[in-house]
Amino acid sequence: MKNIDSKNHVTGKSVYVDDIPVQTGTLFGAVFGSPIAHGKIKDLDLSEAEALEGVEKIFTYNDIPGRNQIGGIIEDEPLLAENEVHFIGHPVAIIVAKSEIIARKATKLIKIDIEELEIITDPRVAQQKGHLLTPPRTFKMGNISNEWEKCESIFEGKVEIGGQEHLYIETQGSYAYPIDNGSIKIHSSTQGATLVQKMAAQILGLPMHRIEVDVARLGGAFGGKEDQATPYACMAALASFILQKPVKISLHRLDDMQMTGKRHPYSCDFKIGFSKDYKILAYQTKMYQNGGAANDLSPAITERTLFHSTNCYFIPNTEVTVYSCKTNLPPNTAYRGFGAPQGMFVIESAIAKAACELNVSRRMIQEKNSLKENDLFQYSQIAENVNIGNCFKEANKTYNIEQIEKEIEEFNSQNTNYKKGMSIMPICFGISFTKTPMNQARALVHIYQDGSIGISTGAVEMGQGVNTKMIQVAAKVFSINTNRIKIESTNTTRVANTSPTAASSGADLNGNALLIACNKLLERLIETAAKMLSCNYTEINIENETVLKNSKKTEISWEQLIETAFLDRVCLTENGHYATPIINFDKSKETGHPFAYHVYGTAIITVTLDCIRGTYEFDDVNIVHDFGNSMNTTIDNGQVEGAVVQGIGWTTMEELAFAKDGRLLSNSLSTYKVPDIYSVPKNIRITALKTEGPELALLRSKAIGEPPFMYGIGAYFALTKAIRAFNSNYKLDFDTPMTPEKVLMRLYQE
Amino acid sequence: MITFILNDKTILTDSHPGTTLLDFIRYGENMPGTKIGCREGDCGACTVLEGTLENNKVLYKSIVSCLTPLGNAQGKHIVTIEGVNMKELSPVQNAMVENAGTQCGFCTPGFVMSLTGHGLSEEQSTHEKAIAAISGNICRCTGYKSIEKAAASISELLKLKDISDPINWMVENKFLPEYFLKIGDQLKQIQSNTSTSENNQIIGGGTDLMVQKPEEIEETDINLFYNRNDLKGIRKENDSIIIGSATSASEIMNSEIIQEYFQNIKEHFKLISSEPIRNMGTIAGNFVNASPIGDLSIFFLALNANIIIKESNNSREIPLKNFFLDYKKIDLNKGEYIETVIIPISKSEFKFNFEKVSKRTHLDIASVNSAISFKLIDDTIEECSVSAGGVSAIPKYLLKTSEYLIGKKISNGTVIKASKILQEEISPITDVRGSSDYKRLLLRQLFFAHFIKLCSKSISLNELLS
Repeated sequence: MKNIDSKNHVTGKSVYVDDIPVQTGTLFGAVFGSPIAHGKIKDLDLSEAEALEGVEKIFTYNDIPGRNQIGGIIEDEPLLAENEVHFIGHPVAIIVAKSEIIARKATKLIKIDIEELEIITDPRVAQQKGHLLTPPRTFKMGNISNEWEKCESIFEGKVEIGGQEHLYIETQGSYAYPIDNGSIKIHSSTQGATLVQKMAAQILGLPMHRIEVDVARLGGAFGGKEDQATPYACMAALASFILQKPVKISLHRLDDMQMTGKRHPYSCDFKIGFSKDYKILAYQTKMYQNGGAANDLSPAITERTLFHSTNCYFIPNTEVTVYSCKTNLPPNTAYRGFGAPQGMFVIESAIAKAACELNVSRRMIQEKNSLKENDLFQYSQIAENVNIGNCFKEANKTYNIEQIEKEIEEFNSQNTNYKKGMSIMPICFGISFTKTPMNQARALVHIYQDGSIGISTGAVEMGQGVNTKMIQVAAKVFSINTNRIKIESTNTTRVANTSPTAASSGADLNGNALLIACNKLLERLIETAAKMLSCNYTEINIENETVLKNSKKTEISWEQLIETAFLDRVCLTENGHYATPIINFDKSKETGHPFAYHVYGTAIITVTLDCIRGTYEFDDVNIVHDFGNSMNTTIDNGQVEGAVVQGIGWTTMEELAFAKDGRLLSNSLSTYKVPDIYSVPKNIRITALKTEGPELALLRSKAIGEPPFMYGIGAYFALTKAIRAFNSNYKLDFDTPMTPEKVLMRLYQE
Repeated sequence: MITFILNDKTILTDSHPGTTLLDFIRYGENMPGTKIGCREGDCGACTVLEGTLENNKVLYKSIVSCLTPLGNAQGKHIVTIEGVNMKELSPVQNAMVENAGTQCGFCTPGFVMSLTGHGLSEEQSTHEKAIAAISGNICRCTGYKSIEKAAASISELLKLKDISDPINWMVENKFLPEYFLKIGDQLKQIQSNTSTSENNQIIGGGTDLMVQKPEEIEETDINLFYNRNDLKGIRKENDSIIIGSATSASEIMNSEIIQEYFQNIKEHFKLISSEPIRNMGTIAGNFVNASPIGDLSIFFLALNANIIIKESNNSREIPLKNFFLDYKKIDLNKGEYIETVIIPISKSEFKFNFEKVSKRTHLDIASVNSAISFKLIDDTIEECSVSAGGVSAIPKYLLKTSEYLIGKKISNGTVIKASKILQEEISPITDVRGSSDYKRLLLRQLFFAHFIKLCSKSISLNELLS
């Protein structure tokens, strides 16, 4: 089944926040952000901006009736700066005017006097000075200090990992207006409707029920609208509440790029020890996470880095520490993978370094150390239904890795101007929010008298196809045509207390809640049918919109059944509530069973390098992915392809450049490059590993959003292989992204 | 007053001609299908089609509405996604659905418009051309593989197209609504409207000015050159090719006159921005912008182009290499404008190459670019001109390097020696497009690449490095 929004997308009829027809008298907001990365506000002169014709009002923290606080996990982030600013673009004031152009013009007339304080952009410097967002966290297993001496070989190294701009094509935006009873309705481009509701209520000093948040769909998010949609929704709500007028804030791309947080850059040290037969005996790493100026989601991202720091490998002795460092950059935030890609990049670097020094293949070390059934993860969860070995086997069978290696060797021996490289990138990714309470969801199902159905869940559609999967769930339970089912917008008045649609869990959590609701309704409908046919409940089935009695068709259609149920005063509305069973995690011990299940897979990436120019093209990405029993192969394959390309973008061309003063230099699409149609791999082949799929996945179809992103890590190692094929002097290093600049410098390194 | 046809409706507006077409469409006409992604022509979410009446035919091309000053729409047919919608999906829309080429959907209308524009071209469709048509469209969700499949299937359908009358064929085959058949006649009714004052800010395709200072343009008196037919076109005259200053990059690469002398022109120009931007950006616009990495500046510097600068009734001719004075400073006085570009063409065979490396190969600004032209007579280099961008405050004509090469026998040694002279001529700075060390190394490599490509028999990378 295709994404249900497809037809509206291709005709331009799908409505995003900025497309909502505005009410008469709507005002437009622009945000004035700090021009300095760190300092004390001495003076803020709004007079000239206020005098500009068309400017309605300029808001500062003084205008906030409630609490000036939006920190989601830790309360360390004001909506509008009070006395200090901590990053360039730190929101200080909101200008509301008759048009967006006037509002933006007014931002240039605001004068701010800031006493500059020390600016730190390097996480290691921040750590040395004790500027941590939260205390460091360490995952341990076994005992590394005793283990080093048992190692046959030990390797150490440094890893620099770049951040990543989400570059959702739809920028952050919201539209707020007063509704009855002194309430405010907010249309927000957010992954987390409840978070927006809660924070707006806090800012306005209102109970949550006075704030209604509605989300139709997002024009891309990738984590960037999990937490960071909130401030702009709160700003629109604040202005709308005070002025009692509709207010829209749609960020200009340049503001969006400068002001919002991104994937966290990390700087890391590793030490890895091997036995004689290439088993990893001990692994230690210290990771300095560049958290930016406030916590945002960094504590949770730190945690996921720790969880995935050994990727799909069993390592008996580990010690992994993450320092979440406070710097003067915008607060970094969720981004597809949520800290796991960085953790996995470090262990892959350690393995690559060892393979290079020992002159063995990286693949051999990867395969040899892969998780096996009942192995322990660092966090004490027992590995069950481990599929990584099967993925390797299937990849060998389907794609013939040895043959690829041979062909590359041949190519390289025959060519000077071009060299090829290949790498294998296996993945293991845990599914569930690592904060156990977030693993809950609700669904509301109305069956209308005519047999059509309206469904509301807490899931937000952002292109990942969750709404399509919801329709599939309901259609399957009721055995009716999908065109009878409509998915409503995500709205806090219909489904309350939602978790953000994140952590790849949107379909699992909301779909399971929906299953529960639909099954309850189905039960009542079968009872009605049994009554109509004067038979036993167990004799009834519904198939293809018809009631079956003892597997034989009856005269009763879906529509008749619903009409009868309604007249019989059967409740045709139901709520489903789902909370993932089994999972738990004890932060004080850093142990537990945090994940419902794990997703596995492996990718083979090949690249051709132009050794004259330092440019490159990816030839093939051949994947074996563990989808479980995919409920929608079109959507799931689309997620894999999109994630792989985004992952390759992260490790190759997407370079965030910050000046020493904290200014983002790559602040536009002309300076920050994401993959275009010419830069994607020539072939992406996806083979589904045949498995039953875990019970805790929706219809045994595994979560798909994030795991395949990490296949992109392989691009880096394919490139380093190709560089070494040209220049044996190149000293393998780990510094993403591997831009054409870095490639060329390494090709000609002496 | 600006008059144009927007989809099936004639628009008469007194909006400022510097307003962006995008804002006019979305907020003036309340048609939200055209999306705002970046406002600098780098994402294609706002792609629309522009139809121009030429020799009784309407010719369509894709443009980005975020950089199009409303005034440039004068007398044109502007088509948005709303204007191609019919009761049933068009084959383009259908291919995007069937191949799952849309996920979040925000970029999708732009892709549909670009591919529809591809269908309207008077050329036979190929898979390559279909992909080129969407080279300016960024999608952050799909990874493009599904969109490639959609483009391939559309290209297959378009193979049956009657290229002598694509509009009729597209309407007949339900790619377009029927109203397209009447647009030609409607465009004829619109009077041209080019009253301008010479001292106003000149704006061509808008691909630079509308990025740099859109707010200013919206309030300035502007002088629109984009539709100035007297400044367009390419012709051959004696030993020269004459290009009108308002000629777009696309018009240059598609010109048969140019193609005759530059067989690889399409390959070279493919490295320059994207199809919609090439459809808009003018040659003189690229020169006066004076960006040290302006692709067209570098390209034409190596061809020893001259430019004719005009002011009311006076004109003067100067070599392009003398036009660039310092960073963003050019030899152009107030009231003056470039009228034509003159490229000397010799009768004997000459070699030419253009190289460009950027972070992303396509739709990106160069880290370093370079061009070279020379003749090889009995293995001796004659009439050599080398240029390079991104290595100096101006688009640089490498005088010493060029002079050194003239009269030398082609050999690896010559190229190595020249590459050392070249290093003395440049002064790259470290910026977001690369470190100065990188730019030095990269220019050496691109310089090598010129010779490896043009003289593969005598020059090889191995020898150059040894």
